[in-house]
Amino acid sequence: MGRRVVVAMLGLGGAGVLWGARVQQFLTRLGTPSFLPGSDRFRIYSVVGSLPERSAADYRLRVTGLVRRPLELTLADLQALPPTRVVRDFQCVTGWRVPSVPWTGVRLADLLDSAGADQRAHAVSFRSFDGAYTESLTMDQARRDDVIVAYQLQDKPIGAEHGGPARLYVAPMYGYKSCKWLEEIRVVPSVVPGYWEVRGYDVDAWVGRSNGRGDRPTS
Amino acid sequence: MRRAAEGRAGDGSQRLSRFDRIERAVHWVNAVLFAVLLATAAALYIPSVSALVGRREMVKALHVYSGLALPVPLLLSAAGPWGRRLRRDLGRINRWSADDVRWMRSLGRDGFARLGKFNPGQKLNAAFTAGAAVVMMATGSIMRWYGPFPLRWRTGATFVHDWVAALLAVAIAGHIVVALRDRDALRAMLRGWVTARWARSHAPLWHVEVLGSQPDPVNRASPKVSTPPSAATSQ
Repeated sequence: MGRRVVVAMLGLGGAGVLWGARVQQFLTRLGTPSFLPGSDRFRIYSVVGSLPERSAADYRLRVTGLVRRPLELTLADLQALPPTRVVRDFQCVTGWRVPSVPWTGVRLADLLDSAGADQRAHAVSFRSFDGAYTESLTMDQARRDDVIVAYQLQDKPIGAEHGGPARLYVAPMYGYKSCKWLEEIRVVPSVVPGYWEVRGYDVDAWVGRSNGRGDRPTS
Repeated sequence: MRRAAEGRAGDGSQRLSRFDRIERAVHWVNAVLFAVLLATAAALYIPSVSALVGRREMVKALHVYSGLALPVPLLLSAAGPWGRRLRRDLGRINRWSADDVRWMRSLGRDGFARLGKFNPGQKLNAAFTAGAAVVMMATGSIMRWYGPFPLRWRTGATFVHDWVAALLAVAIAGHIVVALRDRDALRAMLRGWVTARWARSHAPLWHVEVLGSQPDPVNRASPKVSTPPSAATSQ
């Protein structure tokens, strides 16, 4: 009898692995309450010990490297630039997806232009003020219209848990490309793999076309 | 089995050995592993705790290796001659008598059911926890070493892992609450023994097994209303 309970659980577990994706889609459509597994909400990932915090007043974003005019921007400077609003699903490489998330910020291409990025530079590196996280994009990826330095999430200032005061948002790629707590944008000769990429994730992180995943593209 | 009994015979206060050192050690090592798993799970899964703890790489490793270690204490303890009592108790937990089923159907209220060393709630909890542990190890391994698996499996494994984790958390919380409400049972897992009085009311068939069937003075004082002869079981 006890053995039957164990075997039944193994059967249910196996069925869940095979068909759980479909059940989860169904539950998401029903609108699962946020405290239950399988609901569509952000999970908060940080690779360092404490949540990096910087006030809006103290925040600075530097654009450095192969540029004619290095920049140091305050949050107010960023907000004074022409804003771009992007609404896309947010897809994590571990599987969760938050539908239709509105982000507002400045196109990365605009920042690169105003700093006078070198034509011969092939890549852009990003550094977080958490002291550990790094990311990078090729220059072509960085110049896409749906790649922004965001300072609003869901039309509100971005909180510390979501990478505020300002962070990168790379709409067509998995979440780990969207470097939180962005402190430095550095124009470099070639791509340098980022924090998770050194630990096995793909450098070109297109949603649905990398990391062995076939998710619906987000952009 | 009479060896297991010590203390003064007859008045119900004598001590019966319920769990030996090996069994208690397995239980508490498992308890520590489950505590680490639940704590690290919270740090990986619950946004506010994730934000507080951070250190995702380290927390992840701790969670994965505690999970892989989970079956080791039980297997090691049951493997050799030192695990005789443990193996015997695992056999008891696996067997369900007609009285067990009746007791379970009454949700534990059937006072006439003759129970053995473990009540059906304990048996169900043990079987559920064992099954859940295997399912968690399998789905967790798919999540961690996802290379060879299709995306649907990865999503499905995550789904199962999340839900079984929620059920396990509830079951473990219930297990702790019930243990704290029965101090004798809790002491059995801490120090190994229960009183004969406790055994007679909670595990009458085991009481007979350990002490023999001759009625002690206390037993004679209270008429045997709770022991219909038809309730003999396979124990």
